[in-house]
Amino acid sequence: MKENRDTSERTRPEDIRSPNTPSAIDTTPIQLGHIEVLQILNEHGEADAGLDPNLDDDTLLSLHRAMVLARAFDKRMLTMQRQGRMGTFAPNLGQEACIVGQAHPMTSDDWFAPSYRSFGAQIMRGWPMERLMRLWAGFHDGFPPPEGVNDLPFSIVIGSHVLPAVGIAMGMNYKKDSNCVVVNFGDGATSQGPVSEALNFAAVYQAPVVFVCENNGWAISTPVYKQTSLTSFAVHGVAAGMRSIRVDGNDILAMVCATKEATDRARAGGGPSYIEAVTFRMSLHTTADDPTVYRDESEVTSWETRCPIARFETYLINRRILDSPSIGEIHEECEKEVLEARDTFYAMPPAKPGEIFDHLYEEITSELASQRDEYHQRLRHKGLEP
Amino acid sequence: MSKLNMVEALNLALSQEMARDDRVCLMGEDIAVNGGVFRVTKDLHATFGDSRVMDTPLAECGIVGTAVGMAVYGVRPVVEIQFSGFTMQAFDQIEQNMARLRNRTRGKYKIPVVLRAPYGGGIRAVEHHSESREAYWAHTPGLKVVIPSGPRNARALLAAAIREDDPVIFYEPKAVYRAFREEVPDDPEVMEIGKANIVREGSDITLISYGAMMRPCKEAVMDLEEDHGIDVEFIDLQTISPMDTQTLSESVKKTGRCIIVNEGNRTCGVAAEIIARINETVFEFLEAPIKRITGFDIPYPYFQVEEHFLPESDEIVTAIKETIDWQ
Repeated sequence: MKENRDTSERTRPEDIRSPNTPSAIDTTPIQLGHIEVLQILNEHGEADAGLDPNLDDDTLLSLHRAMVLARAFDKRMLTMQRQGRMGTFAPNLGQEACIVGQAHPMTSDDWFAPSYRSFGAQIMRGWPMERLMRLWAGFHDGFPPPEGVNDLPFSIVIGSHVLPAVGIAMGMNYKKDSNCVVVNFGDGATSQGPVSEALNFAAVYQAPVVFVCENNGWAISTPVYKQTSLTSFAVHGVAAGMRSIRVDGNDILAMVCATKEATDRARAGGGPSYIEAVTFRMSLHTTADDPTVYRDESEVTSWETRCPIARFETYLINRRILDSPSIGEIHEECEKEVLEARDTFYAMPPAKPGEIFDHLYEEITSELASQRDEYHQRLRHKGLEP
Repeated sequence: MSKLNMVEALNLALSQEMARDDRVCLMGEDIAVNGGVFRVTKDLHATFGDSRVMDTPLAECGIVGTAVGMAVYGVRPVVEIQFSGFTMQAFDQIEQNMARLRNRTRGKYKIPVVLRAPYGGGIRAVEHHSESREAYWAHTPGLKVVIPSGPRNARALLAAAIREDDPVIFYEPKAVYRAFREEVPDDPEVMEIGKANIVREGSDITLISYGAMMRPCKEAVMDLEEDHGIDVEFIDLQTISPMDTQTLSESVKKTGRCIIVNEGNRTCGVAAEIIARINETVFEFLEAPIKRITGFDIPYPYFQVEEHFLPESDEIVTAIKETIDWQ
């Protein structure tokens, strides 16, 4: 625990060193906590004047562009996948406010631990789009975070990155650094035991970490009501002993404000926070999925009116920051940027089959070195250079 | 030099490595004020404080997963799992992240985590307290697996494991913890990971073992020499992975015969791997089939009958005589 941190918001009792005492068992009802619900921009694009953070124009424009770019990237990836030029990937369609809003308050000294539906945030964090394409197309060199980007690579096993994310935050406490970690995961991940352990460790050690639960309604074919008996996953945060809030995840302003408040608190020593971002998976679980098997199309159409980008554009038009033609231009520019990245990706060199032994250990073991020789021989036999 | 038991020797290694490098910290259940259930971390909390000797919530997966994250951030955690039987709770984080994160990020993030856990039987404990499941971790790419057999190599190998940039599973033979004392140098000592130790040179047969099974093996070696005039080359494997194939093969090349003793389950176990490697490297020098004496393929039995489960020196003597007489 950093000495210079403000711990006034801690939800734990003052004297945490007291063991159970008979006097602790009284008849006063236990107050578990309080969960706020935040929406600033409603689905018609109208802002609550009392809650609007009145961000400056440049910030508003950068948030808008990041969302449009994320969607353009998403759509292009789907096209490439259908053309047979991209591996299986998990579209983020409809969740752009959620992913961009949580990434925005992070500095480059903060760390981000994403799940696999997070490329909108990864682009903001400094991942070149062609590198993300490389990653999803199955190249080893696509996976490491770029130089200077403090991210974990995303996790494939649901929720397996959440404990290391908390560990990074504990490392920040250990080194007395005033940075924080933002980690996201889906509604499905909340059922994983290690995710519960992560919440507990974060709260016990007051680690500077922000948990963003992206509740998009579906874990492949499993709807939220089969995942939990709770009405809100934000209860998990309260149960672990941290500040928790339920946010309209399709409202970019609410996402930015909730995450900023939580990251500020974490950096100041106020410990972890939990944000449940309510959004909707408009597209497929992954490109290998067919949602028509398990969900009614009317559910999807009912969410179309809540599009995070359209809603924000109405707000920007009402504030006279953008108009229809300039919005069109931004969409075109983003599309062009994605196409350039795609062309760069297509021009990148093929994978080197010899690289698979390179980074398992600091120094290759003699057993592995001889297996590598065996493998190289196999490659040469096929006429390939290792 | 001081005469230390294994618990004291491990404590010495931890204390010296923590003094040497302030990135080294300890995490585990009941390790701080209590000093660990076997007292391996005794007094370290008083010396190094809360931030470097961390009592954790009771969640093995949580301990390992957060240790991995701390390692990504440049801390060097030494994790204590109270009994190796409980590492199964942490399988998720060992397999998904501890062993793989370096490979996944192509070397960008190193995971210098040591996972210490007492393993093996013979202490009359309840279920899940006596397993010898090191083969799981040897089967997991990205890990190193080290098992000492006495106070001196326990101290020196633990110090080496802490200085490693790769994750190490460090299994401590709890039956040896307080079984005997050995001279241990006062100044820091490090032994190379990945190196087997030829404890006794011999010419008739190679006996390979490690950890707690080194004791019945040692008894057998003495009996064979005194009562039967059989000259055994006796090897302490010390590191299960990466395995020191060269030392093992050269020895078998010389003796032409080999026997392996370990208490883990037989199928796909450490002995099976050693036999495969000897076959691959020095098959033509073998004068007899290689024998293995191992735990049976059953869950570790309850303690009223456990003594019959663990390999014993008489059995090792018989097996060695049979291998010598084989024709």
